[in-house]
Amino acid sequence: MARDTTVPASPAVAATAAPQRRQWLAGSALGGWDLTVVVAVVLTAALAAWLVEGFARGSNIGFLLLDMVAIALVALPMTLIIVTGEIDLSVASILGLTSTVMGQLWLAGWPLELILPLCVVLGAVLGAVNGVFVTVFGLPSLAVTIGTLALYRGLAFVVLGSRAVADFPIGWTTGITAPIPGTPIPWVMIPLTLLALVFGVVLHATPVGRSLYVMGANAEAARFAGIAVERTKLWLFVTSGAVSSLAGLFWTLRYASARADNASGLELSVIAAVLLGGVSIFGGRGTLPGVVAAVLLLGTIRNALQLANVSAEALTVVTGLLLIVSVVAPNLVAMAKRRLKRSTAPPSAPPDRA
Amino acid sequence: MTTVDRVANGESAALRLLRARELGIVLALALLFGVTAAANPRFLSGQSLRDLLLGATILTVLAIGQTLVIVTRNVDLSVGSILGLTAFATGKLFLAAPDTPILVAIAVGAALGAVCGVVNGGLVAAARVPALVVTLGTLYIYRGIDHWWAAGQQINAVDMPRAFLRLGTATVAGVPVLALVAVAVVVVAGWCLSAYRSGRELYAIGSDPDAARLSGIPVGRRVFLAFVANGALAGLAGVLHAARFGTLDATVGTGLELQVIAAAVVGGVAIFGGSGSVYGAAVGALLLTTIGTSLAVLRVNPFWQRALVGLLILAAIGLDRVLAVRIDRRLRGSGPHGA
Repeated sequence: MARDTTVPASPAVAATAAPQRRQWLAGSALGGWDLTVVVAVVLTAALAAWLVEGFARGSNIGFLLLDMVAIALVALPMTLIIVTGEIDLSVASILGLTSTVMGQLWLAGWPLELILPLCVVLGAVLGAVNGVFVTVFGLPSLAVTIGTLALYRGLAFVVLGSRAVADFPIGWTTGITAPIPGTPIPWVMIPLTLLALVFGVVLHATPVGRSLYVMGANAEAARFAGIAVERTKLWLFVTSGAVSSLAGLFWTLRYASARADNASGLELSVIAAVLLGGVSIFGGRGTLPGVVAAVLLLGTIRNALQLANVSAEALTVVTGLLLIVSVVAPNLVAMAKRRLKRSTAPPSAPPDRA
Repeated sequence: MTTVDRVANGESAALRLLRARELGIVLALALLFGVTAAANPRFLSGQSLRDLLLGATILTVLAIGQTLVIVTRNVDLSVGSILGLTAFATGKLFLAAPDTPILVAIAVGAALGAVCGVVNGGLVAAARVPALVVTLGTLYIYRGIDHWWAAGQQINAVDMPRAFLRLGTATVAGVPVLALVAVAVVVVAGWCLSAYRSGRELYAIGSDPDAARLSGIPVGRRVFLAFVANGALAGLAGVLHAARFGTLDATVGTGLELQVIAAAVVGGVAIFGGSGSVYGAAVGALLLTTIGTSLAVLRVNPFWQRALVGLLILAAIGLDRVLAVRIDRRLRGSGPHGA
């Protein structure tokens, strides 16, 4: 895994999790994309507080945070999965299916105290199905999770049809959005932060976390190094399913509505946040703090522009532009560096022209 | 992936298996037709078949374009947004100039789509960034532009010229015109992929980009062209959507991208490039569309449709895996296989 500077920063043709392609050059040229995103969050928040009326109000901060809980939750396991060079597109469908099962069980008269843990187990099972297809049958995760995206969302419609269950006890639905006493910050931020810390520590400070990077960088080498690639990936998909169902429970209570189409399309928002956070789609590179910062950045921009009366849908242009800049900028920097080097030293490799 | 040698030197055993792959999905479609027709013979009536073809048209055109891109080991997630944008643009065009000839409208739509494809292809080929990320970005950008342009406006069928809307329902010898357009796209794209050098090169690129580059194939240019062609086809699909439905707003085509990829994958196009055909993709699109109609005829809860599509995708990639392993064994003994 030497940083061979004669290797092109990123092959022109490579769409998905081909583990052998990475952007070492881009990584080294950038020197901490996650720091850039953190700075961007601070600047955006400061600008918004200064320019947008009502942004800095306590109630608005509370809404901003509540709005990003679901994406932040799902982004945690998604980061780990993409670092290993896989992807999970079924997360929003797991969220939706969990939501409908929760609604249906509630209609059947079950107590919420029993429904909630059951739903998390269900999410873990759904994730395990993804994991088995990917690790046991050796199928590409992109295709498998497109399949389960359709399958789980379809099952959600089978469970609840086009009905909605909305009569959850008011204590639960207002309780989930309640702030920490004396602050505008919702209490759910505490477990969310703890969970983010756990994921961060696992990814960055344990042998398991380091093995995830090795898998993403070179699955073959990881296997030779004695890393249990398949078993680890399977558990990642199980975790992703369980966390997605947690997000489903939160979503259902927060909006007091269990529907089959809850959070449709959320998978792309989550992946956009993870990639914007500096995680390479080919695996092997990226940090959790970067992803958390990216989730905050997208949430802040969305909230500020909404307050400034920019239509919510038009904002998607901003998401898209940020995403493209986040991948194009490091490559351009790398290309420029290469050109500089080439003009000072005789070329050791033929120029790579596309 | 051993696809390139498989295709290039016409390995007969492998080719037979390839054919078997498309045969499988045709059989699945035939089975679906058989079961449904047995339950209700009217399923095979002229009107029912016409509706079926009409319903599959847009998905087919999109799946063909997507196949061109996936074969090169890329992907284009922005097609739903491109379709939405061009459909709305078509509506706007007819609002501004109701006398625009239909062919001009089609050309404008395809050109607009091609411009979107130029952006995608340019970023992927020139800036060398992964297609999944770029097209996820442009998915949001094109959709955002669509919303910004529409600003909540909805264009209704009454605002559109009659002649244009008639295109959506017109038939030639009993076959819907829109379906004929889709068939033409399939035939032309299929011919280009199999008979032209540059078409064959798309497969070579998808099988092994580095080897393709070393053997002198202009990888960047070919990939760029695949994206432009896909954009143009998505643009064409947008115009067809406008003709068929007449009612247009900024949400048209939302979420279509994964359905399109699903159609291609069900049709046997390998998600990591190098194999698959536009014929398979077209049958895949037809199969996905037929399931919906069949379930209604069979009086199955229509909510099962999506779940069945999911199962079908899993079955299709599972089958591909089995075939790939078998081909691999035949071609090079029992060597290790990388997905």
